[in-house]
Amino acid sequence: MSAVSQSLRAHATWRWWEFALLAVLLVSWLLLPSHALLLNEIAILALFALSLDLILGYAGVVSLGHAAFFGIGSYAAALFAKLVMPDPLVGMVVAVAIATALGALFSVLILRGTDLTRLMVTLGIASILYELANKLDWLTGGADGLQGVVMGPLLGQFEFDLGGRTAYAYTLAVLIVCLLLARRLVHSPFGYSLQALRDNRLRAGSIGLSVNLRLVAVYAVAAGIAGAAGALLAQTSGFSSLDVFEFHRSAEVMLVLVIGGTGYLYGGIFGAIVFKLLHDLISAWTPQYWNFWLGLFLVVLVLVGREKLMRPWTWFGAKKS
Amino acid sequence: MLTLLFDGIAYGMLLFVLAVGLAVTLGLMNFINLAHGAFAMAGGYITVLAMSRLGVPFLLCLPLAFVGTALLGALLEPTLYRRMYARPHLDQVLFSIGLVFMAVTGVDYVVGSMQQNIQLPEWLKGRFDIEWVGIGKYRSFIIIVCGVLTIALQWVLAKTRFGSQLRASVDDPRVAGGLGLNVNRIFLLTFAVGSGLAGLGGALGAEVLGLDPTFPLKFMIYFLIVVAVGGTTTLTGPLLAALLLGIADVAGKYYVPKLGSFIVYTLMIVILLIRPQGLFARAGGGK
Repeated sequence: MSAVSQSLRAHATWRWWEFALLAVLLVSWLLLPSHALLLNEIAILALFALSLDLILGYAGVVSLGHAAFFGIGSYAAALFAKLVMPDPLVGMVVAVAIATALGALFSVLILRGTDLTRLMVTLGIASILYELANKLDWLTGGADGLQGVVMGPLLGQFEFDLGGRTAYAYTLAVLIVCLLLARRLVHSPFGYSLQALRDNRLRAGSIGLSVNLRLVAVYAVAAGIAGAAGALLAQTSGFSSLDVFEFHRSAEVMLVLVIGGTGYLYGGIFGAIVFKLLHDLISAWTPQYWNFWLGLFLVVLVLVGREKLMRPWTWFGAKKS
Repeated sequence: MLTLLFDGIAYGMLLFVLAVGLAVTLGLMNFINLAHGAFAMAGGYITVLAMSRLGVPFLLCLPLAFVGTALLGALLEPTLYRRMYARPHLDQVLFSIGLVFMAVTGVDYVVGSMQQNIQLPEWLKGRFDIEWVGIGKYRSFIIIVCGVLTIALQWVLAKTRFGSQLRASVDDPRVAGGLGLNVNRIFLLTFAVGSGLAGLGGALGAEVLGLDPTFPLKFMIYFLIVVAVGGTTTLTGPLLAALLLGIADVAGKYYVPKLGSFIVYTLMIVILLIRPQGLFARAGGGK
């Protein structure tokens, strides 16, 4: 075995903390039944951040409109349950398929141009979808949200209860499946080629990688996972509203990912936990002005350096320069 | 029909004054400043508060808004913004979104979340008719002020010493610094003037666009469209883009109100799809 393939293999092996994290996730379902609703929210946010990590952390595409796919998934799942059939798993598959297809379609728009152009286009797509959901009120309920969604039992057996235990188990299962899928993806040759084109698009192109096709593929996959997160939200809450397309959702998920760190898949999970706990804490103290602290946190985070803040042991170390 | 065109032009001129500062920061410092709308909001609130609390006349409020926001910009540039220039775009986006959130909630806390109204002086109210075209007095006032500003800006950029220093710094900050220009000072001045212009635009636009704490979020995308579509290398690019946007938005909302802001967003995506560098970018000005 050559040195290169050995080092690649070493990157892809499972670490002890990955197993520990998965174990903690599973145990949290057993040990914290009274917090299932909060945990469910955290897991959905983590899944959403995971999908952003694929395009931001691995492919280096800056997006300000990732909520577009979250919203698509959410509305697709809610509408499917309302109009076609209430089975959650089939609804999930449909929502993911629609989000993936739209992701592939919209990805054409982000292939060209600079970071600014991409920001604008992603922001624009999310805004268009928001307007669409707002204006098609015969279908989506407009500004009132889509009401009257009744979900069937999971696997035909487990009803969604008020305490959210079934919901959390369901979300957790989807999260872990997507995590494993994403992990397999980024450690495949495809994943490494994404990192290559993130670091230097021109060079990646000139060693024979087809940059555009890869971007389309990863954007579609990320859109699908974001759609899954949106579908989970709609299915576990039985409700879908315009809020899923809002700008602050796109900004929030970016913050979550940055708190946890980009480019290693688990950032979304850690970020979501920290973010939701902070949110709960600050909201309990001053519910109206939570956004102010969020903003302050963002500014400080960037000023200090987002790599540094998350690694306290580097705070007092000597500066290398 | 012509009234509509006129309103669109007034709206576009307003957008231009609001966004021109952003075009400069983006073109000059290559910095994506999503918080630009916060400066415009600051200008609007300075005007509203000075008028209602202190009884300052409207015309005096406009320069006040300009100076106030320019000072704010001059304060923030060296303390916060300057550190961000060399950072990746993701950091800049996060940083300025953070600023927007703080500004929105800060204003909400201090002033309250209700919509603020501006009491225009009598001679700016109402409209007059030329032939069959009804023309709002305030709208024509906006066009005149913004037009004068545009010409002045163009003159400063093209004819004065400061203008050529600025253009030199835009083209290549390192070489400009090497030639002995104090690039930092030029950046500071430009940033302050750009913020001041946004403040002035906010003050002028408070009556037309409406003013409440969510202003920076609501209009952020409009400013960005102007800059992204117009390109950042010239003044005429953003000006034409702003006029186009203003007319398209006003006409779209009048003729097909069901579509709402749909037209604008679609137009932007289509333009960016065809010309990713903006409609009026200089060829080969690779930034």
